[in-house]
Amino acid sequence: MRGAQSAKWVALAAVVALAATACGGNDSDSGSNDMNKGTADPNGILTAQLSEPQNPLQPANAKESQGSRVLKQIFAGLVDYEPGTGKLVYVNAESVTPNKDSSVWTVKLKPGWKFHNGETVTAKSYVDSWNWSANVENNQTNSSWFQDIKGYSDVHPDKGKPKADKMSGLKVVNDNEFKIELNSSVSYFAYKLGYDVWAPLPTGFFKDPKGFGEKPVGNGPYKFISWDHKKMIKVRKFDGYQGPNKAKNGGIDFKNYTTADAAYSDLRSNNLDWIEQVPTTALTNYKTDLGKRAIDEEYSAVQSIVPAFYTKQFKDIDPKVIQGLSMAIDRDTITKTVLHGSRTPADSYVARGVLGYKAGALKEQVTYDPAKAKSLIKEGGGVPGNKISIQYNADQDHKPWVDAVCNSIRKATGVDCVGDSKPDFQADLNARDKHQVKSMYRGGWVLDYPVNSNFMRDLYGSKAAGNTSGYANKQFDELAAKADKAATLDETVKLYQQAEQVLAKDMPAIPLWFYKVNSGQSNKVLGKIPYGQDGDPIFTDVQVKKK
Amino acid sequence: MGRYVARRLLQMIPVFIGTTLIIFLMVHVLPGDPIRAMWGDKAADPAQVASLRHEFGLDQPLWKQYIDYMVDLFKGDFGKTFGGRPVSEEMGMAFPVTLRLAAVALTIEIIIGIGLGAWAGLKAGRAADTGVLIFTLIVISMPVFVLGYLARFIFADELGWLPPNVQDSMNLQQLLLPGFVLAMLSMAYVARLTRTTFAENLRADYMRTALAKGLPRRRIVGVHLLRNSLIPVVTFLGTDVGALVGGAVVTEGIFNVQGVGNLLFKALGQREGTTIVGVVTIFVLVILLINLLVDLLYAVLDPRIRYA
Repeated sequence: MRGAQSAKWVALAAVVALAATACGGNDSDSGSNDMNKGTADPNGILTAQLSEPQNPLQPANAKESQGSRVLKQIFAGLVDYEPGTGKLVYVNAESVTPNKDSSVWTVKLKPGWKFHNGETVTAKSYVDSWNWSANVENNQTNSSWFQDIKGYSDVHPDKGKPKADKMSGLKVVNDNEFKIELNSSVSYFAYKLGYDVWAPLPTGFFKDPKGFGEKPVGNGPYKFISWDHKKMIKVRKFDGYQGPNKAKNGGIDFKNYTTADAAYSDLRSNNLDWIEQVPTTALTNYKTDLGKRAIDEEYSAVQSIVPAFYTKQFKDIDPKVIQGLSMAIDRDTITKTVLHGSRTPADSYVARGVLGYKAGALKEQVTYDPAKAKSLIKEGGGVPGNKISIQYNADQDHKPWVDAVCNSIRKATGVDCVGDSKPDFQADLNARDKHQVKSMYRGGWVLDYPVNSNFMRDLYGSKAAGNTSGYANKQFDELAAKADKAATLDETVKLYQQAEQVLAKDMPAIPLWFYKVNSGQSNKVLGKIPYGQDGDPIFTDVQVKKK
Repeated sequence: MGRYVARRLLQMIPVFIGTTLIIFLMVHVLPGDPIRAMWGDKAADPAQVASLRHEFGLDQPLWKQYIDYMVDLFKGDFGKTFGGRPVSEEMGMAFPVTLRLAAVALTIEIIIGIGLGAWAGLKAGRAADTGVLIFTLIVISMPVFVLGYLARFIFADELGWLPPNVQDSMNLQQLLLPGFVLAMLSMAYVARLTRTTFAENLRADYMRTALAKGLPRRRIVGVHLLRNSLIPVVTFLGTDVGALVGGAVVTEGIFNVQGVGNLLFKALGQREGTTIVGVVTIFVLVILLINLLVDLLYAVLDPRIRYA
């Protein structure tokens, strides 16, 4: 009956004796607990892990994943992405069409959609929402998402008070149609619209935005019920929902957990149906603990180490040296051993599952080859000082892989390599922003929208705000600008693939691996929990077993 | 007595101002910009950062921030979190939880600790004494997180007597397991302390007198011996209350208790100065008041001690 139990080191002899007599059986995945057997309960309630969202639940105010997870259930945007391919799917929009040069977009809504309070969703609900969220005085953390729209600088000036409270680029045509005029051509603008910030807001919001943030009213598949701070957020199926992603369960109870350990132990005892990520301590044996209930899914995020190009060491470095360093890293072994299979080796600057990802865009640069690594570094004139360091934050679990990467580099090339730990993420960020990194730093990027431009332009463009390494390459900038102005999305994606080859030669960063979700589900869930490209479950598609 | 208390209360004012100032400064010395950090790995928009900094008063000079904070504090306003919620509300949720947890732990500590200590003290040198010595040594040498996971593994995962995690932080029954873990270490100290004073006082003159008077043994031990032996224990328990209220970060984390430890830990990670200083302010007050209470308790326990 009892499934394979991990032999915990804490299990002293006496405990083992106790364990043998106590018949748990909760961990088992056979018999009546088979995840694929049973019928779905359309009104079954799912319990999922969540930490307290940092900000009130306003669509443009969730920079962190927790608030965003709830908002995504309560609101339905114009578009969404098809998991796996990153293709665009219309949700509230009937169509989103660009003009010839992709600088003016026309949005047509599916008529008759309602907010949870009965109010009709109109073009105005969108336009008003965006105008409010973009306004610098409303302090929305995601306000810069609207910067492509004409008139953004009026509501969001670099300094001082906004000159207007409306962006001139947004024009309501009628109840179900509006136009978006952009500052310049962006061929993949429709793709950006899948993010939470573009949600519509009912009129009630503008009377009391803060109060609304405690009790949001959306237009999504779930309606908000209650937010018991630091305990639980409840959402329930919205029967009047007309979108393609109707909820297949009755609702979700988002339970607050302070640590991954606590959530994991509740998952194992089936007090919780889904966890975000198994704790690092359980990575080695969670698959035996959970059996078929273990979740192991790749998502679109990449981790890399980035040379600080403002340092003396990397200022005028020959890219061959960075290539050599990259080839000195044994990605296969490290992901399998030190990281316990929680990542997969990267073969591109763009993460898998994103439009424009090309398998093997980086080939020899990411293939472990100690001999070639050594000779490339020699050819490029060597690493100044013959020593590098990798900055990381010690409050997350980065030390093991940083040490492993360093070890690999040291062994293969003889270049000395050490970890440079900062006490926490804030201190790490601070050093990066102030250009105080001594040699190299850990960089991570989770997709904002599934187009390859997001993994390149926003990180390596010489003027991109996300570019903190001081990297600049004219050829890349020109290609990126050309790609953004391309007539079709296909062309944009292709041009960015060309740009990626420029990066492959120049090596502005050393991509290490793509992220995976290592999680689990309870035996109350029917079938596997499906995942989106952002590493979060598609909650509407989760089915709960009938009791 | 009244004058003594008044003097002690007055002394609290400089201590209070000093500690809050130090904490306030220390939070600002920590590297990192809490507003910028809201953007994480992504690029932050400077205009929005500036606007948010203004909203939270972080663009003011430090001395002005401190004075503003103190003025608000005396009006009973603890400021607000970066999420825009009043800090007093956050603390209002966390403190009752921690107080409950501390009460559970303290009760366990007193009953088991003093009981074990008295037993060992009365049987000093015999097998019972050695047994208690070994038990307390094991407990003292075990880090709290080992104890925490071990207790959960035995009582929750294997035996299934108690829930592995606290679902409702206000439920006393669910707080039993974390309370027990929290109590263990101090309980061992209490036991050792009680045992020593018991063994020592057994040979005191007044014990012989009591015995010679022909008092029943129950009364000798229960009143004379216990009362006299409790002074060092009460001092320890007093300081321990402070530790229980503030130092339960690890235990609260393991068992998912939404108490002050967690609040403080999270606030530190986010550099949320208002919450950190607010919580510490309460800590300082609690510890100052408990110390006063302990000092007053001496007089109750030992009539020879008087405060003028």
